[in-house]
Order: sequence, then structure tokens, then C-alpha cells
Amino acid sequence: MSNGILVICEHDGGAFKKTAFELLAKAKSLDVGAVTALVLGADSGAELGGYGADKVVTIAGDFSRHLTGAYAKAVQGAIEAVSPAVVLASASAEAKDALPRLAARLGLGLGTEVTELRNEGGSVVGRRPVYAGKAFVDVNISSAPALFTVRANSFGVPESSGGSAGVEALGVAVGAGDALTAIESTEAPSSSVADLSEADRIVSGGRSVKSKDGYDSLIRPLASSIGATPGASRACVDAGYAPHSHQVGQTGKTVNPSLYIAMGISGAIQHLAGMRTSKIIVAVNTDADAPIFQHATYGLVADMFEVGPLLKQELEAALS
Amino acid sequence: MKIGVCLKQVPASDSRIKIAGPSEGVDASDLKMEINPYDEFALEEALKLKDAKIAKKVVVFTVGGTDSEQRIRDALARGATGAVRLDDAAFEGSDSLGVARILAAAAKKEGVDMLLAGKQAIDDDNSQVPAMIAEILGWPQVTVIDKLEISGDSFKAWRQSGGGARDVVTGSLPAVFSADKGMNTPRYAKLRGIMMAKRKKIPVQGASDLGLDAGSVGSAGAQVTLSSWGEPPARPPGRTLEGDVPGMVKELVTLLRDEAKVL
Repeated sequence: MSNGILVICEHDGGAFKKTAFELLAKAKSLDVGAVTALVLGADSGAELGGYGADKVVTIAGDFSRHLTGAYAKAVQGAIEAVSPAVVLASASAEAKDALPRLAARLGLGLGTEVTELRNEGGSVVGRRPVYAGKAFVDVNISSAPALFTVRANSFGVPESSGGSAGVEALGVAVGAGDALTAIESTEAPSSSVADLSEADRIVSGGRSVKSKDGYDSLIRPLASSIGATPGASRACVDAGYAPHSHQVGQTGKTVNPSLYIAMGISGAIQHLAGMRTSKIIVAVNTDADAPIFQHATYGLVADMFEVGPLLKQELEAALS
Repeated sequence: MKIGVCLKQVPASDSRIKIAGPSEGVDASDLKMEINPYDEFALEEALKLKDAKIAKKVVVFTVGGTDSEQRIRDALARGATGAVRLDDAAFEGSDSLGVARILAAAAKKEGVDMLLAGKQAIDDDNSQVPAMIAEILGWPQVTVIDKLEISGDSFKAWRQSGGGARDVVTGSLPAVFSADKGMNTPRYAKLRGIMMAKRKKIPVQGASDLGLDAGSVGSAGAQVTLSSWGEPPARPPGRTLEGDVPGMVKELVTLLRDEAKVL
């Protein structure tokens, strides 16, 4: 009989990501049985008990680089060992790559990037944005387990209660033969800031930055002053002022930060779609009729080239 | 080599989405449809491999009704050599796994050596089907790639991994790849291509043609059902700051720190 929730807890060399804490606390609050934390490739996790894990299971192996087959095999092994009713993972590049494959293998239903989860008569129902956030829908899954990936920052990061949980190593063997592919090399990220889809703060620029220099001298410094990830509108990317990896919107990244600062962005529907779930939105634009102002928490009808340097100064002062 | 491309029609990315009702879903009556933008990158990559004489044939697979034929003809006009439309009453209500079963069966029947698809369709935003097809066919997958090199039956694919890094992934064909923006710049159809595409026959295949058990697809096979369609949650009204720029900036930072508490 399937019972409880298995939470895939991602970490960087043993340091757990915020999403792990966020998912464990949510899993606990759903109150559908024991919460088991799954840790791949590290023999640790007792501290996860402070966030809601009743138990921690680990699978040994090298998961430092993502290989679809190895990840799917490991999660499959954990599902067989734990028999959960629900599996939760952060909607990371890794989980979004491998969980559909596992869902097909085991014939399971999968909900992608839910932003809400609730207990409805003992079963867990997800709710998620579709059409890049222009509509929302409930995802009901009849398989056991039901799989969900969850968008980062959906529930907020809890404080640890200081508790700890027992750690048990599962005898799931994942070897080179499970990998399906190999990684020849990894190109280092161009910057050390968080990926847009996980970022807690974002500063985005529109086409009115006028040039790559404009983007690099206005948006990037402002972003780095508050440890934010730089973003851009599609028009800004298509004009060649920022790389496409920075694009926020329907054909770019969908983001969910606490703070989103839109500099010179008019707010085309396809951009709004990608960032409308941001908790606080600041809009700076010379055009008072720009659609972005209808979604902004705080609007400044002003020239962003004038606002940018001053805002950077004030933010630095406020944070120091 | 024969390349399969999975292609879906979706509402254009600048569409306003209206909800017809909580159980009806999206009101499709006024929507302008186009090829899913990510599928366009997949198609373009396949056509480039054909231009480079690495592939001889590029076959498009679309699960959809007659209204999707225009998108298929667009793909043929750009240079796809063939297409199959997958349509059957038994396909109605398929979840991602159902769609993947249909596409996998079609790819197998057609005998393709690799499959390209978009990383996600911009309507459901599920990002599930390509990896599911790979599992069903027992092929390796590399999802969300922005560069691909094929040499003989080996591939090298560049994929975004966490934190902005890029993994260079290697393996052997047959395989499934899903395309991200930035992979290429999709071409437009030329007039000659458009004229030729108009005359092409687009075969239609259903569950029995594909040897699919009707219970494994459509509503009958679905583990996922959608309900309670709605608009995005309304945002609380915002406020426009007044005054000169230095004053507004000072006020903004105070609000961010003391009211919004995000600093």
C-alpha cells in the first residue's frame, strides 16, 4: 500500500538547496503520511528532520553530474523501497529531464511545475500555471505514486525546528550501464549568480537599453548590487543586447522571485506570462500607459537611465 | 538517415487566453494557431542536417485534427520530406504519456533514426513528451539542447544543466533530442516550397494503424486529468510613486525594505 510522500532533496556536494527545505515543509503540511527525504550521492541529511523529514534515505553513487538514466534508476529504486503515494521534486533541469522518463517506465502520472499542492480527501492535488501563466489548472493524478515537480519559491523557505531524522542507506545499485549517455565535459556558467528559474531576485531590461553596452552598464551592475540574476525581455534578446539564456517570458524562462525589477520593459503579454507570479514587481518606464504598470507593486514613471545608478546607490546603502 | 520531428500547433505566444469555464478549459474559438516555437527549432535543426546531407529524409509527426494540417503544410513547405497526422477518436483526452505512446509508435512504424522535438509546448508547458518517447523506444535522450553534432551514429549535444552550466553530452543514435531557443534561426518557407506542399498528401494514422491498444491512450489510458481551469490569481493593486527621481528612488528602497520586506 502506497503511503506518504517521498521528497527528492537536491544538494551541491552535500549542501542542501533551499528547494529541499521548501518541499519538505510543504510535504509535512499536506499531512498524508510519513515524509521521506531522498538524497542522491551523499551520505548525509539528518538535518532535514528540522524541515519536516521523518526519515532520510540515501543512494550511493556519483550524481554530481546529471545523467538521465542514472537519476531515473535511482529514483525508481527509492520508489520501490519506500512505496510513496506522492513523489515531489523541485522543477530543476535534472528532475524535468529524468522524471518524465521514469513516469513512462512505471506508467505514472506527472504534474510539471506545480505552484500549489493541497490535500483533497487524502489525495494530493497540484495546481499549476499553463500557457506560461495566462491560465491555471488543477492536476489530478490517479497513479500511485503521483509525481509532481514544483516551481522554486512557491511556498517559501521555512526555519529549521532544529530536529534531526534518521538516515538509512538504500541498497540501490546505480552503475555506468544505467547512464544511457556520457558527459564529455561541462562548460562553466558565465556567472556565479542563481539561474533565472531559481532566482529570488531578478533585474530585467527591455529593448530600450538600446545596446549591449546599455544592458551591460545599466542592468548588470544594478542586478549585482542586490545579488540578483539579470534578465531580459524577448525584444532585448532578439536585438542582441542580452543572451537568450537571460530571456524571461513565454519563449524564455518562467520565473518566480520575491523581487522582480523591470527596467524599461513595456510588459508585452508574453513577458508578463513569464514573471507575473513574482511576489513584488517594480516597474520603471517612461510610458505611464505601459501594461507593466498594471501588474507592478511599485511603479516609477521615469527614465531608467536616470533611475538605474541612483537605485543602485540606494540599494547598496540599504543592504550595507 | 531519416529524422522524425514532433510538431504541435499551439496558440501564438501573443494570444490572450480566455477560460470558457472551469471544466471546459481554454476558449479556442478566437485563437490564432502557429507551430509551437520550440518545435520550429527542432524542425530547423532537422532541415539543417538534411542540407548538410547527413539526413536524407525529415518526417513530421503531429497528433491533431484536420485544423493542424496547415501547420504540417508549413513544415513541408520549409523542406520536410514527409508528414504523418495522428488522429483517432481514441486519442481524445490523452495525457502526456498517451501522446508519447502515439508518437513513439508512429516513429517506430516510420523507421526513423532519431527524433527531434521542442523542449516544451507553450500551451501545456509540460516538458514531458520527448523524454517519455525516449523511454518507450528504449533510446537515450538529451533534453533542452541548444547545439547538436551528428557524426556517423554518434552524437554530441549541448544541454543547459543547473546553475547556468552547459553539459556536453555524448552517445549513440537512435536518440531523442529536445530543442531550446538559441539552437538556430528557423527559416521561412519559399514560394516554390509552399506550392509543392499544397499538393502533398498527408497520411492519417489511428490507433489500429499504429498497433496501439486503445486503452493505453486517450482518456482511457490517462493517469492525469485537468480540472478547475481559471484565470491567474489577481495581483493586489500596486501604487505609482510620485515626485522627482531621487525622491522616488529613496521612497522605493524604503518600501522594498520596510513594507515589502524583500531586502
